[in-house]
Amino acid sequence: MDNFIELTKLMTPAILIPLFPLLGFLLITLFGKTLKKGSGWLASAMILASFICTVYIFVNLPEGQSLNFTVFEWIKWGDINLAFGLLIDPLSLVMLLVVTGVGFLIHLYSIGYMHSDEGFSRFFLQMNLFIFFMLLLVMGNSYLVMFIGWEGVGLCSYLLIGFWFKKDAFNDAAKKAFIMNRIGDLGFLIGMFFMLFYFGGLDFTSVMIAAQTHEKGSALLVTITLLLFIGAMGKSAQIPLYTWLPDAMAGPTPVSALIHAATMVTAGIYMICRSNILFALAPFTLDFVLIIGVATSLFAAIIGLKQNDIKKVLAYSTVSQLGLMFAALGLGVFSSGMFHVVTHAFFKALLFLGAGSVIHAMSGAQDIRNMGGLSKYIKITYITFLIGTLAISGIFPFAGFFSKDEILAQSFANHKLIWGILSFSSMLTAFYMFRLYFLTFNTQFRGTDEQKHHLHESPATMTIPLILLAALSVVGGFMGLPAAFGSAHVFSRYLSPVFEGSVSIMGAEHHLNHATEWVLMGIATLAAIVSIIVAYNIYISKKGLPEPDAEVKGFAKWVGNKFYVDELFDMIFVRPLMVMSDIFFVLVDKLIIDLFVNAAAWVVGFTGRTIRLVQTGNTGFYIFAMVISIMVLLYCQLVDPYLYVYFK
Amino acid sequence: MLSLILLFIPLLASLLLLLTRGNTSRIVALAFTVVQLGATYYAYQVFKEQGFQPFDIQMVWVVKPAINLHFSMDGISMLMVILTNLLLPLIVLSGFNREIKRPHIFYSLMLLMQFALVGVFISFDGFIYYIFWELALIPIYFISFVWGSENRAQVTLKFFIYTLAGSLLMLFGFVFLYTGSPNHSLDWNILTSNPTCNCNQTWVFWLFFIAFAIKIPIIPFHTWQPDTYRSAPTQGTMLLSGIMLKMGTYSLIRWLIPIVPAGTKEWQAVAITLCVIGVVYASIIAIKQSDLKKLFAYSSIAHVGLISAGIFSLTLSGMQGSLVQMLAHGINVVGLFFCADIIFNRTQSYQVEGLGGIRLAAPKFATWFMVIVLASVALPLTNGFVGEIMLLYGIYQFNIWLGAFAGLTIILGAVYMLRMYQKVMLGESLMDGMNFPDLLWNEKVVLISIGIMIFVTGIYPKPILDLTEPAIKLLLK
Amino acid sequence: MEQVIQHSNPQSWYLVLSTILFSIGVMGVLFRRNAIIILMCIELMLNSVNILLVSFSAYAGNSEGQVFVFFIMVVAAAEVAVGLALLVSIFRNTASTDINVLSKLKW
Repeated sequence: MDNFIELTKLMTPAILIPLFPLLGFLLITLFGKTLKKGSGWLASAMILASFICTVYIFVNLPEGQSLNFTVFEWIKWGDINLAFGLLIDPLSLVMLLVVTGVGFLIHLYSIGYMHSDEGFSRFFLQMNLFIFFMLLLVMGNSYLVMFIGWEGVGLCSYLLIGFWFKKDAFNDAAKKAFIMNRIGDLGFLIGMFFMLFYFGGLDFTSVMIAAQTHEKGSALLVTITLLLFIGAMGKSAQIPLYTWLPDAMAGPTPVSALIHAATMVTAGIYMICRSNILFALAPFTLDFVLIIGVATSLFAAIIGLKQNDIKKVLAYSTVSQLGLMFAALGLGVFSSGMFHVVTHAFFKALLFLGAGSVIHAMSGAQDIRNMGGLSKYIKITYITFLIGTLAISGIFPFAGFFSKDEILAQSFANHKLIWGILSFSSMLTAFYMFRLYFLTFNTQFRGTDEQKHHLHESPATMTIPLILLAALSVVGGFMGLPAAFGSAHVFSRYLSPVFEGSVSIMGAEHHLNHATEWVLMGIATLAAIVSIIVAYNIYISKKGLPEPDAEVKGFAKWVGNKFYVDELFDMIFVRPLMVMSDIFFVLVDKLIIDLFVNAAAWVVGFTGRTIRLVQTGNTGFYIFAMVISIMVLLYCQLVDPYLYVYFK
Repeated sequence: MLSLILLFIPLLASLLLLLTRGNTSRIVALAFTVVQLGATYYAYQVFKEQGFQPFDIQMVWVVKPAINLHFSMDGISMLMVILTNLLLPLIVLSGFNREIKRPHIFYSLMLLMQFALVGVFISFDGFIYYIFWELALIPIYFISFVWGSENRAQVTLKFFIYTLAGSLLMLFGFVFLYTGSPNHSLDWNILTSNPTCNCNQTWVFWLFFIAFAIKIPIIPFHTWQPDTYRSAPTQGTMLLSGIMLKMGTYSLIRWLIPIVPAGTKEWQAVAITLCVIGVVYASIIAIKQSDLKKLFAYSSIAHVGLISAGIFSLTLSGMQGSLVQMLAHGINVVGLFFCADIIFNRTQSYQVEGLGGIRLAAPKFATWFMVIVLASVALPLTNGFVGEIMLLYGIYQFNIWLGAFAGLTIILGAVYMLRMYQKVMLGESLMDGMNFPDLLWNEKVVLISIGIMIFVTGIYPKPILDLTEPAIKLLLK
Repeated sequence: MEQVIQHSNPQSWYLVLSTILFSIGVMGVLFRRNAIIILMCIELMLNSVNILLVSFSAYAGNSEGQVFVFFIMVVAAAEVAVGLALLVSIFRNTASTDINVLSKLKW
């Protein structure tokens, strides 16, 4: 009973969490003009308020408890009741903390980054709207509420990628992101229909209970999970729906940090973790997830080797890291996947914001071939960026090391080949990240004199978030010390109530003995260090530079052009659709269908034209015809009286 | 009694408007439509208090053949009347600040149209219903013909004859029903209490189906529609697409499914397939339409195709969804055409390709246009989503593959709408010296009202669902 | 008491007469081109029907037929008046009563 009261007390702050950003959105929409630069602070304050509410709940939520309640009845027909409800449990709390925490830092950063942009308040209102939808996505207690957030973040991503809407290339990127997301959303939607039809509801609790009445691996469960995974592919940029994410870098850099690195793109992983029981019951789907994840991880890492735009490199590394997370989910170690989501949010947000700071210093230039030697000019950015790079490369004791190592260890226990591929893509990651780092910060400056003159460190609103995120990237990993270190894994223990169901379905995790774990850690670290040394060798000792685009040849050209996947999609989907549109309109609509319609009109006209020839105007002929007709009628009447009946 | 009041206010207004001249006409028209809206709200309140019992009025008109003046309002009719009376003030208001010749006749015809539409939605005798159905065609014909743009004579004639031909098929259907009905009456209650209808159900089904399919329009009976929407004056297009088309979908629910149940069951699969093909077909055509109004026309075909498919799924979710979506589509499509009108008013162009850069010049307009676009691509928390998800679920319940195929509308809708928005609103202007003032006061009022309705019904659709559920359940029994 | 009226001639005579007159009328209408003659032939047909009506009326012992005949005669008179008036105006315009000249009303 006490427990119950305690939980109901938490309802108000829970509702407030998404309401604050919504309020910020509305206020800035209405008063954006009067607020001017204040709108940035207002927006940040709203996110901070959400963060405080989240922390309050985090502290007060009794261990092992969750808060699940309906806010209002949304769509209800017959015996289907799709209520608008919220769920707060350890899993959503982790995400909430990341979204509001990192979100707040990025908002703060944006005040500096966007200060001279004419769309300043528009930027913040859209950011607040994004946070609102992201919070709904995370807090929803049913797939449908999650879907609201799911589509909503897609919308905000669309708006923010196309933030500088004067340039058509940006608008194209925005549209592409939205449409690709929608392809995934259709999968999600149909998956929901299946659940609604077979399980009778969409809220997580009842779906999971109903799912367990079905046999493990049954076709229904596999179908549902595959459909949900299609949704995750779209949102989390997995093969084949990943091409939008690199293009999405068209948006302002804080957007890339918030939406396309830390939060929105991890929604797919969150969704699968949320449905862990469902996925655990469908081993086939898990294998599929694993294959896609591993493939994406490797594929994106290879493309990342040859990118020269500072943000594109980070984008491909995000895709690659997301692949790694999906691989973890495919292996059935959901908490490891979540752990990497969290650490990745820290260091990737850091890297993006650092990149933003670099771009800021470079007055908008993004090509790393024209950078170099920046370490002298922008010290804080340089140091924090180095921390981020070390973290993503998996160097001890930075955050990435622990989460990545955990996934690698699990994959080793599961299948050696997968471990090999993932380790290889981690090596590549370390290589291209240090390539990026060396080319940007070390050796000599290669830009124009004007740029050089202009180089400056960013304002405090930008550097403070960098420092805080760098700190998180250093210590974040200690939430999940591996068992070999002899201490408890705080993170996975905290999440364990959420994953209880799937663990009991799949059986206990493989436990490696500590010796093996140490060896694996050693190999991973060694591999990363080797990569770094190679990168150092190429880009510092030999002062190597990536060649201009025109000179790239052979395989490298394929890689540099992202394996021409965009062109392939264009050929398979976009152009046929356009041609079909023309064919349908010109041929089917105008020619065939309208032909029938016009033919009907023509037949009427033709009949009229033909029959009117009878109207000769000759009275004698009329009378003659009349008499003949009367005689025919009389004849019929006399000879065949029944004819009359037919006429009637 | 309330239903009669709702029926005759527009007729009275229509006649009074003939006495006015010039600028007073539009004010009088607006005043009457607002009064009508108020009366509708009152009727809704009363309806709710009475526990969703239909308002029923029945008077004998002709004894033999038995024709009754039978008007009734159950939840479905109520919703349609609300839609009509909600949109009319907006449509009238959208004509403010626009040059309209002989406004008294224009607005008089518009209110006559409202009279006919309300009549269609509340008539429960086939004969009366048919009269109103045909009556609705006359004012819109003159509105399109007299006030339309180039090429109107040919286009309107095609529209008129096409829909009239459809109506004749329906008349044949009614003749079948009349001869089959035990006491030679076309009263709705009698027709529904005689589900075999003593006639060939296949014939009657197709006669009615084609009549409604032309009005809706369902592919392949749609070729009159894009041209008519294009050449009619915008207010006329709003009437056509926002309300008149709902006559067809409403009639599917009211005059087809409960009256020829066996025929519907037999041909359900064909009808629903036709509708779903139409959804995808029209969406694909819309992608490359170069004319703004035609693009919206094709998007409208796609949306109503989905609505009709949901109706023919004969499931509670499909039916309920169709009603929610009829309201939503009415609101959104009026908004879309109004946006097209605003653009045309400033640039004298409907060409998708030649515009651009409007968002820069008119941010407020861009925002509201975006909201309407999003609603029509069914983003959650807008009105389009609630209906669409229910419709798709209804179709899914009928057949999984059809449901998935119809679901393509989610993707294709985003493709054509965003493509259009990008070309028209974003980027740099392609017109030399484009002068694009932001919204005028009447435009602001209309667009903001539409925006509010989009969100209110999207976030809290419960009143609509509650309103129609008892009636739909009764029909499905 | 029913009164039986004796007739001197069988009814078929009247029928034959009427038919002959009617046929003459029809033939006239069909083959003559003069509008006045056609009009008179129409009158002939009308009157043959009148004979028929009167004879049936007499043989059936029912006076209704004869009443109708009066009506027909009145109407026929009116009709002839209108017809002749039309003819006069046609003649004024075309200087002819030949109906084949009047072929203006064609497609």
